[in-house]
Amino acid sequence: MLSLVNLDKHFGALHVTDNVSLDLRPGECHALIGPNGAGKTTLIHQISGTLQPDSGQILFNGSDITALPPHRRAQAGLGRTFQITSILPEFTVLENVALAVQARRGSSFRFLRTVAKNRQINNRALECLALFTLTDRADRPASALSHGEKRLLELAIAIAGEPEALLLDEPMAGMGKEESATLTETLLTLKRDYPILLVEHDMDAVFALADRVSVLVYGQIVATGSPDEVRANPQARAAYLGDEAC
Amino acid sequence: MRGANLAALVIFALLAATPWLAEFWGGSYLISLVMKAMILGIAALSLDLLIGHAGMVSFGHAAFVGIGAYTTGIMITEGAPDLSAILPVTIAIATAFALVTGAISLRTSGVYFIMITLAFGQMVFFTMSSLSDYGGDDGLTLWERADAFGTGLFDSDTGLFYTILATLIVVTLLLRRIVGSRFGRVLRAAKQNPTRVESMGYSVFAYRLTAYVIAGIIAALAGVLFANQSEFISPATAAWQRSGDLIIMVVLGGMGLRHGALFGALAIVLLEEGLSTLTHDWRLIFGPMLVLMVLYTKGGIAGLLEPRRDT
Repeated sequence: MLSLVNLDKHFGALHVTDNVSLDLRPGECHALIGPNGAGKTTLIHQISGTLQPDSGQILFNGSDITALPPHRRAQAGLGRTFQITSILPEFTVLENVALAVQARRGSSFRFLRTVAKNRQINNRALECLALFTLTDRADRPASALSHGEKRLLELAIAIAGEPEALLLDEPMAGMGKEESATLTETLLTLKRDYPILLVEHDMDAVFALADRVSVLVYGQIVATGSPDEVRANPQARAAYLGDEAC
Repeated sequence: MRGANLAALVIFALLAATPWLAEFWGGSYLISLVMKAMILGIAALSLDLLIGHAGMVSFGHAAFVGIGAYTTGIMITEGAPDLSAILPVTIAIATAFALVTGAISLRTSGVYFIMITLAFGQMVFFTMSSLSDYGGDDGLTLWERADAFGTGLFDSDTGLFYTILATLIVVTLLLRRIVGSRFGRVLRAAKQNPTRVESMGYSVFAYRLTAYVIAGIIAALAGVLFANQSEFISPATAAWQRSGDLIIMVVLGGMGLRHGALFGALAIVLLEEGLSTLTHDWRLIFGPMLVLMVLYTKGGIAGLLEPRRDT
């Protein structure tokens, strides 16, 4: 589905991505964990296209997307959410999602017809909102949502783009325990339809969702395996799980 | 009806009645003043597509007005005075200029975008100043107006007046459609959060460049009208002060708000005119007024008329 092959990235003398290979298989949720500063975000940037790797390849659905700009990767079917909430604050909740739907409904170089009342687009957008229990918020400005609702809106936007794989960058960031638990349930349903590459700090969520876990430390993958294998792996424990491990 | 629409209707009605009103007060001076205001309104409306809806603060928009004016002036001088020739040439030149300078300028954003559009604007200004065959620094007086598809519509001030008014109305409606279209929605979204829009699969660059071309063409058409109205072309049309005036009109009128740029253009032209009859040092009053307007009216004139954001 999605494969990173020997990715390498330096910032000056700092080796932030050190020969990283990783793959996401159809139907699985692959979690990427690691301590702060391990290079997770840099890696996400390279996958989504905002940063170019120094060497190595990124393959998606069998084609090489290493050199493609972010919008082409999205067109190819790579949906994502952001670590720091990234929505369109002045638009209504519905319009946020409708814009993502619109990207999948023919060219947007159409200049004269009003889009706000386009029923095809709006209905599909409402379906996506319903998945995340945001239906009754549809006409609110997105900036008026609570933090938790904004995180859900991000997911709704990502789904509305009809992705073939999802890249979720810390979807639980800033959420309370209860909210995280609810979101984990939601992600469990999503997982049935979309392969997910999940970057997350919340270990409860990671072990509930992930089929495989990779541990990134100082830019290197030190362990990959099932949650249980990783939990048992001494290197991974030392590097990350530490005393938090059960 | 919403406040701004009502105000705009009243304004359009007043504008349409101007040639008749002028018979009682102001005469041909009033007519040419209002024509100038409407032309600036057209240019300001096109700039608002960039500033108000796309978040692209272009400081070189007068260059497009200059391109339209000079194309008109040069073609009339060279014996090709019909609009059927002038319009396609103007549109072609404005498009080419917008594509090239836009593609370069859009590699930057924020303050750098302002500076680089200013630089391109000045390039046009100095190019025009160096056209010694067409008046150089001093500008060039036109001995006739353009021929409106053989109808002689521009021979009378009234004909030209209503052509300008019609253009203003068409541009107003057209831009409103564009802002509300699929294209406009992408543009408005990219103003708020370009990264998000990219990650949805849109090339923000392509949408912004297209907007830059559309705005450039409309401003160039304003330039064509301007050359006909003043029967004079000069590099001053494309000067950075002119670009600054247009930005002030957009900001004062209400960025991104319905009819804002039109309100701004009319207010500034009329204020300038009104104050300058009162005192020679009218700028002493005009300056503080602008400051107060910007400080105390959130969303400019259009913002006073309707607090809601336009979509």
